[in-house]
Order: sequence, then structure tokens, then C-alpha cells
Amino acid sequence: MTQSSSTQVTAARSAGVSFGRIDWAWLGVAPFLIFALLFLILPTGFLVVGAFQDNDGNFTLKNIANLSQPSIVAAYWISIKVSAASAVIGGLVGFSIAYAAIAGGVPRWIRPTLMTFSGVASNFAGVPLAFAFLATLGRTGLVTALLVTYFDFNIYQYGFNLLSFWGLVITYLYFQIPLMILIMAPAIDGLKREWREASTILGATTWQYWRYVAMPVLWPSLLGTTLLLFANAFGAIATAYGLTGSSLNIITILLFAQIRGDVLHDQNLGYALALGMIVITGCSNVAYIWLRARSERWQR
Amino acid sequence: MKRARIGPWIALTLGTLYFIVPLIATFEFSLRMRRGEYSFDAYRVVFADARFQATFGYSSLLALATIIVGVLLVVPTAYWVNLRLPKLRPVIEFITLLPLVIPAIVLVFGYLRLYNSESWLPMTGHEQATDLLLTFGYVTLALPYMYRAVDNGLRAIDVRTLTEAAQSLGAGWPTILFRVILPNVRVAVLSGAFLTFAIVIGEFTMAALLNRPAFGPYLQLIGANRAYEPSALAIIAFAVTWACMGLINLVGRGARTAAPAP
Repeated sequence: MTQSSSTQVTAARSAGVSFGRIDWAWLGVAPFLIFALLFLILPTGFLVVGAFQDNDGNFTLKNIANLSQPSIVAAYWISIKVSAASAVIGGLVGFSIAYAAIAGGVPRWIRPTLMTFSGVASNFAGVPLAFAFLATLGRTGLVTALLVTYFDFNIYQYGFNLLSFWGLVITYLYFQIPLMILIMAPAIDGLKREWREASTILGATTWQYWRYVAMPVLWPSLLGTTLLLFANAFGAIATAYGLTGSSLNIITILLFAQIRGDVLHDQNLGYALALGMIVITGCSNVAYIWLRARSERWQR
Repeated sequence: MKRARIGPWIALTLGTLYFIVPLIATFEFSLRMRRGEYSFDAYRVVFADARFQATFGYSSLLALATIIVGVLLVVPTAYWVNLRLPKLRPVIEFITLLPLVIPAIVLVFGYLRLYNSESWLPMTGHEQATDLLLTFGYVTLALPYMYRAVDNGLRAIDVRTLTEAAQSLGAGWPTILFRVILPNVRVAVLSGAFLTFAIVIGEFTMAALLNRPAFGPYLQLIGANRAYEPSALAIIAFAVTWACMGLINLVGRGARTAAPAP
């Protein structure tokens, strides 16, 4: 009690206002906090609590244990694999393109064009993106048809299927690569030209420059952004749903079916499913934020 | 140190191919509705479809409502945090980043459980109430982008001086917020607004699970049942996204030329 009132006094002094107005100052953010509580925290909290309850509301770990059913584990696993593959490939390709446009000695107009396009493409996700890839690499898609016509090569005869793991990864890359480009651009700007010049003067090879100068600076943002891409793909559903309907068993599509019609026949198991998703995206986002804080040291 | 080497060009060429080819393929496919020749029939069919008009209109309205609620929520909060509660900044920022951590499908799952027709605040029983819930859901989804845009805008101006100047001229809080602060962060708010529009217009998960006739579920329905219209719709959606991003660039550039350095 004494402690809290003394902090209030300090706060009041530092803000240069009287006692009565301190409470009022907090009221200024009250609408926002209430909104966040109602539409962000309570709904999530409800699921988290429900994940640890049985049908009668008693505490249980049974739902968490039930997540180990083969079909659920398989759904998590394929989601993790698709997200990881699209994040790693998207990260590498996105970084290469961003580096090429920013530091590759190409004409100046390329960079703003690339950035604008990335802004568009990173937001061009969901059902329309699925349509675009069906028209490109689907069974009657343009690229599929052209390959057959000109090279007599039917990718579907050689095991490719757009409605599969790699099909989903290729489609996700359409928003993953641009996101990587957008986030990595400032970090690549942070690579000072003098570092490259100094290392060249000192006789370093290109490999040595990357190994001992560029990578130690870049790796937190590279890894961090890759983790962000992972979470981005992990929570995605519309693209996969538009592409495959509900035939591909990724975790978001399973959860979608569970919300629609309780396909697991266990409400609380559904909550545990959601909790598992929050834990996975939460972990990769926390790691991203931590790595981002590390990488910002070099961007001043 | 101009090194025009082959590596960057290869990366850029392959990148361009990957991003352009699906657009060309989609466009080409969308023209193939009439047998044997290219035509815009698919677009004609889409635009004439009453459900297209209804769902696109509905989603545009929702986007507008989302932008209004979002601005009313975010601008005063970010302003107040900048002015009076800088200590609260990390907390508020953390909250605004949460929608990136919690997938939309999990959020809407929570809404359905918390606000169903038997709950303390039944919002899914009545159409208008569900629309409201969906709007709030979209505000939540757009929160990270809206807050960052507005906060960046506020940091670029001298909030304290503007406020004190307005106060000394006798302005009340509504005047300060809407006639002093808001015009000064106009560009930031507009950027956030267009980005919000791009996110909301084709959103699928929340609208589908709340059972509202929005554009995203309509797209999915057409995709499952038609051949050429989906491609036309994909091109339309891409054009809408492009327009939103173009407008963001436009207002940003306008601000830079309109406000010459002192």
C-alpha cells in the first residue's frame, strides 16, 4: 500500500500532473485495454483454460495427452514441415533477391520496384493465391500444359501434385519470399560498404567476408525473420483450403473442421489443438523478437 | 564499387519469373472461357453475378467499418501513450503484436465459444451482432499494422508541443485529437487504412467460421464449383491488393512533397 502510493507520487511528479489526474491518465488507454481483453485475451484465455478441463470443468491433462493421437500428430507434423520448408526456402531465396537488388550493383530503379511488388505479393495470400497456382501448375495449368507441349514432359506423371506437400510449399513461397525481402532490406542496408572494402583491402576472399563479417552481423535477422515466416505459414489456412479443399491434413484445416463440426467429438480436445498452435507460433515469435532485438544493434 | 556481376542478375531473373509466371498463367486462364478464342467472358460473368456484387460490397463495408473502429481505437491510444504514458509503451506494443502470435483461426474459435448464443454476451445469435463481432475480429487482425503505422506517424511529429499549443489556445480533447493530431498523422493513418482494406477484403477464415456472406468465402465457393471464374477473381483480387499498396505509396509520396524540409 505504502509502496504503491509512493510510486504514484513519483509518477505524478514525473508527469507533472496532480493526483486526481493520474487515474484519468490511465483511463486514456482503458478503451484499448478493454478491447484487447474482450477480443484478444479472453477468447484465447478461454481456449487455453478449456484445454486443461474435462467436460465438467475439472482440471485434467487428458486433452493434452490426447493430442498424441496419430491423426493429430500427423497434422501438426505436416504443418510444421510445410511451414519450415517454406520458411527456409523463402528465407534463402528472399535474402538472395533482396541482396541482389540492394547490394548487387544492379540499376537503381530495381529496388523500389521490388519493394512495391513485395508489398503487394506479401498481402496476396489466401484463396486468390490458390486460384493463381491452380491456373499455373494445376493439372490444366498453363505451365503444366506448356511443359507437355514443348518438352513432352508431364510433371504429373513424374509424381508432382499441386495438392501435396511440395505444391503447398511452392504456393506459400509466393507470400513468404516477399515478406522476407521486406523485412531483410533494412538489415542489408545495415551492411556498410566500408566493411566490404576494408576486408577486400585486408586481402579477405568473398567467402571470408561472408563468414567473418557479413554473417555474424546478419544471422540474428536472418534466423529471426525465418522464424517469423514459419509462424506466418503455420497459422495460414485460406491458401491451403482454397487449393486443396479439406483434403490436405494440415493442422489449421483440422482445426477448421473441428470448429465447424466437432470432427474429433471432443470439444476440449479442440481447445488443446488450438493451444498447441499458440505454443508453436508463440515460441517462434518470441525467438523472433529476441533475435530482432539483437540484430537492431547493428542498424543504428 | 560498382560490380555488375552475373549472380545478382540470376537471382533477380529467377525471382521475376517465379512471381510473374503465375500472374500471366492466371490471366491467360481467365481469358479462356469462350472456346477457341480469348475473351473477357469470365470477367463479365463474375461482375454480373449478384453474389459477387453482394459479397464484395459487404466486405468493402466491413473493411470501412474496421478502418473506422481501428482508427478510433488506435489513434487516441497511441497518442495518449506517446504523451502521458510512455512507460506503458512496451505493454501496448506487446498487445498489438499478439495477433501475429495467435492465428486468426484460434481467435475466431475463442469468439465462437465466448460469444455464442448461450453466453453472457451473445454476439453470434443475431446478424448485426455477428457483423459487429466480425468487425472487431478484423480490427484485431489489423491491429499490428495499424498501430505500427500510427505510432511511427506520431513519433515523427512533436506530440507534446502540438498538444500544449492547442491547449493554450483553449482546445478541448476532441478538438486536439481530431483537428490537431489526426490531420498530422493523416498519411500514417491512410497507410494503415489501405493495408487494413487489403487484409479484410479477401479474408476467409473468420468470415467463414462466423458464417457471414463475405468475399473470402464466396471466392472459396466459386473455386470449388467453377473453372474460369476463379482465375478472373484472382486477377481482380490481385488488382485490388495492388491498388491498396499503390495508394499507400501515393499518399506517402504526396506527404513528402507536400511538406518540404524547413
